[in-house]
Amino acid sequence: MTRPSRNTWFGERLSDQGIYVQYLDDHHPVHMPCLEIRRLDWAHAAKEAKRLEMRLVAVWAADANKRAGKDASERRLCTYMAFAHPEHRHVLLRTELSAAKPEIPSLSGHYIAACRMERSMQDMFGLNVSNAFDNRLWIKHEHWPEDSHALLRAFDAHTPLRPEPERIGMDYDYVSCDSECVYEIPVGPVHAGIIESGHFRFLAVGEKILNMEERLGYVHKGIERSMQGRTAQDGIALAGRVSGDSTVGHAWAFAQACEYAANLDIPPRASYLRGVLCERERIANHIGDIGAVCNDAAFAFMHGQCLRLREEMARLHQEIFGHRLLMDAVTIGGVASDLSGDMCQKLIRQTLDIAAEVEHLRAIYADAPSIQQRVIGAGIVSVVDAKDLGLLGFVGRASGHYSDERIEEAYPPYDDLIIPVPEGKLGGVSTRVWVRFEEIANASRMVIQLLETLPEGEINTVWQAPEAGVSGFAAIESWRGEIAAWVRFGMDARIDRYFVRDPSVINWLGLELAVRTVPVPDFPLVNKSFNCSYSGNDL
Amino acid sequence: MLRILHQIFKVGTITEPLASSERFDVLGAQLKTAVRQRFQGSLAIRLVDAGSCNGCELEIHAANNAYYDIERFGMHFTASPRFADLLLVTGPVSINMKTALEMTYDAMPSPKLVVAMGDCAVNCGVFGKGNYAIAGTVADIIPVDAVIHGCPPSPTDLIQGILACLNDA
Repeated sequence: MTRPSRNTWFGERLSDQGIYVQYLDDHHPVHMPCLEIRRLDWAHAAKEAKRLEMRLVAVWAADANKRAGKDASERRLCTYMAFAHPEHRHVLLRTELSAAKPEIPSLSGHYIAACRMERSMQDMFGLNVSNAFDNRLWIKHEHWPEDSHALLRAFDAHTPLRPEPERIGMDYDYVSCDSECVYEIPVGPVHAGIIESGHFRFLAVGEKILNMEERLGYVHKGIERSMQGRTAQDGIALAGRVSGDSTVGHAWAFAQACEYAANLDIPPRASYLRGVLCERERIANHIGDIGAVCNDAAFAFMHGQCLRLREEMARLHQEIFGHRLLMDAVTIGGVASDLSGDMCQKLIRQTLDIAAEVEHLRAIYADAPSIQQRVIGAGIVSVVDAKDLGLLGFVGRASGHYSDERIEEAYPPYDDLIIPVPEGKLGGVSTRVWVRFEEIANASRMVIQLLETLPEGEINTVWQAPEAGVSGFAAIESWRGEIAAWVRFGMDARIDRYFVRDPSVINWLGLELAVRTVPVPDFPLVNKSFNCSYSGNDL
Repeated sequence: MLRILHQIFKVGTITEPLASSERFDVLGAQLKTAVRQRFQGSLAIRLVDAGSCNGCELEIHAANNAYYDIERFGMHFTASPRFADLLLVTGPVSINMKTALEMTYDAMPSPKLVVAMGDCAVNCGVFGKGNYAIAGTVADIIPVDAVIHGCPPSPTDLIQGILACLNDA
C-alpha cells in the first residue's frame, strides 16, 4: 500500500492568514494531520475553516502529555478541533491552554454545532469557554457536585458520584415562554415506548410545536474515562458498546484510530470483511427504522414485515459471526472470524433475498396513501440549515448535505468500490425514508461485490501498540453517518485518552429544527426518521 | 390494498410453532400458564433504560416480532408504570437515571416484579463497577426478582428470564 503524503492544504491556507502552524509528529495518519496553533488564533482558525466551507467534525479536550513525567496535576489542558473538507479530508487543530486560567473562546459563532461539544468539554474538564451564548450544564447534570470534572486526572473516577444534597431538585434552565397561550409538555427521561432515555421539553401552541428542546446526558456511563488505562484489545469491547445499534461502526472507528496510531495496515481480506459487517449493519438498521417510522403512523403492516426481515438477518449473523447484532466481530488488527466459501454464499443469497423483499415492500409503501400523506412534507430540515449544522449520514443526505466518509476518506475496502450517493433535497420524513431505501439497495450491492471479490489471505495483523504519547484519528461512515474517533496511547501500551463523536451529537440538533411547526402527534414520526442515539451522545 | 393482503398471505404465519424449537416450546407453554394463573392472562411490562447502549432494546423489539411474538403469551409493553406488573430494566444504572428509575418503581402497583436484563443490569458489564457515572447494578437500587445474563440476551433468553421471575413470584 502506498502511503498517502502529508495533507498540507488547510495548513497552507492558515499560514496565508498569518496563523502560525506546526505539524505534530506524534499524530497519525499524515493525510489527517494534527496542527498545533497558538491559542489567540483559535477562533480565527475556525473562521477561516468556515470561509473555506469546511465542516466542523468535533471539538474536544485532553490534557497535554508532552511532559508526561511531570506530576499529573501540573499537566496543562489542550483543546482540539477537527474539520473536514469534501476534497481535502480531515485536519485536526490543537492548542494549549494556560495552566493558571484554562480558557478558550467559543466556536459557536462560526459553527453552531460546536456548542454542545463545548458544554461537554466544560463539564468534563472544568475549563471555561468564553463568549459562548449557552453556558448551561450538559452531560454533568444539576445534582453533580459543582467541582466534579470527570476527565481531570485529579478526579476520583472509581467511586460513584454522590449527589450534593443542596443541588438535588435544581432545574435545568429550559427555553421558556411567558405567553399564556403557550403550554409546556415535558417528556421523559422514561419514554412511552421501548427506547433509550432522554428528556424533551415542548413549547406548544394548540397542536403546533413552537419549540422543542432536548435535554440529554441521562445515559452517561463514563465511557471516555472508563477507556483510560485499558489496552487496545481490552478497549474495543467498550468502544463496540458506545451505541449498541452501531457496534460495527464504533468498533471499526476505534480499531482504525488505534491502527493509524500504530502505523499498522490490516490485511485486505480483513478490511473487506469489515466492509461486509458495516454494510450489513446499515441494511439491518435502515430496515428496522423504516418499519418503525411506518408504525408511528399506524402502518403496522410495514413494521411487521420489516421486523421479520431484520430477525432473519440477526439469525444469520448469529450463525456466521456468532452474534445477532455483530458485537465483537471487529477486532484490533482485523476481524474475529473468517468466512468459508459456504458462508459467503449464504450471506450473498440472503442479502439478495432481503434486497428484493425490501424493493417489493417499497413499492407497497410508495403506493399507500395512508402512510404517504403522513410522511410527505413532515419534519423538514432545509438545505441551508443542514449545511449550517453539518448534518451527517442519511439525515444530511436527505437535506442536500452529502458528506460520506466512504467517498471522501475512501478508506479500504471502499477505495475499491463505487459508492452511489442518494441526493435528497426536500429534507422531510419521506426524503429520509427514501434515502434509507436507496442505501439499503446500494449497501446490498456492496456486500455482494465485497463477498464476490473477497481477497485471499490473513484476517488479522499482529498488534503492536505505539509509543506513549502517540495519537491516531479515524473517521468511519457508520449507518448513522460519520463516527470520528481519536485515541492517544500512554505508558505500557495503555490508552490515555479516547474521544469519540457519534453522528447523533450533530444530528440531534437537526431534530430540534425539524419538529418546529409540526403538530405534537407527529413528533414520534419525525423522531424515528432521525433515530439519533442517546447512548452515543451521552457516552 | 390487494398487494398488502397478498404479501401477508405469501409470508404466512412465521411465528415459531411451539414444536420447532424445543427450548421455546417448553418455555412458551409454561409462560402462558404462569401468566394465566397469576396475572389473569395479561402481564403488563414497563421498560426502563437505566443507561443501556440500546443493544438490549433491539432484542426487546425482536421479542415482539412475528417469530417470537411475545404477546401471544399475554405479555405486552405498556407506556405507564401505573398499570405495569413487571419492570424490565436494562443497562447499568447511571447516576443521571437513578432518580428516574426509583420514581418509576415507586409509581408501580404491587407486586412490583423487577427483571434486570443484560450483563450491564446484572453486574455493570463492560462499563464496570467502580465507575463515577454508574450508581450500581439494578439490584443496588431497587429489589430485583430475576436477572437475565447476556450482552445482549437473545429474545429467547428474555422470555426465559420473565418466566423465572413469574415462577418465583
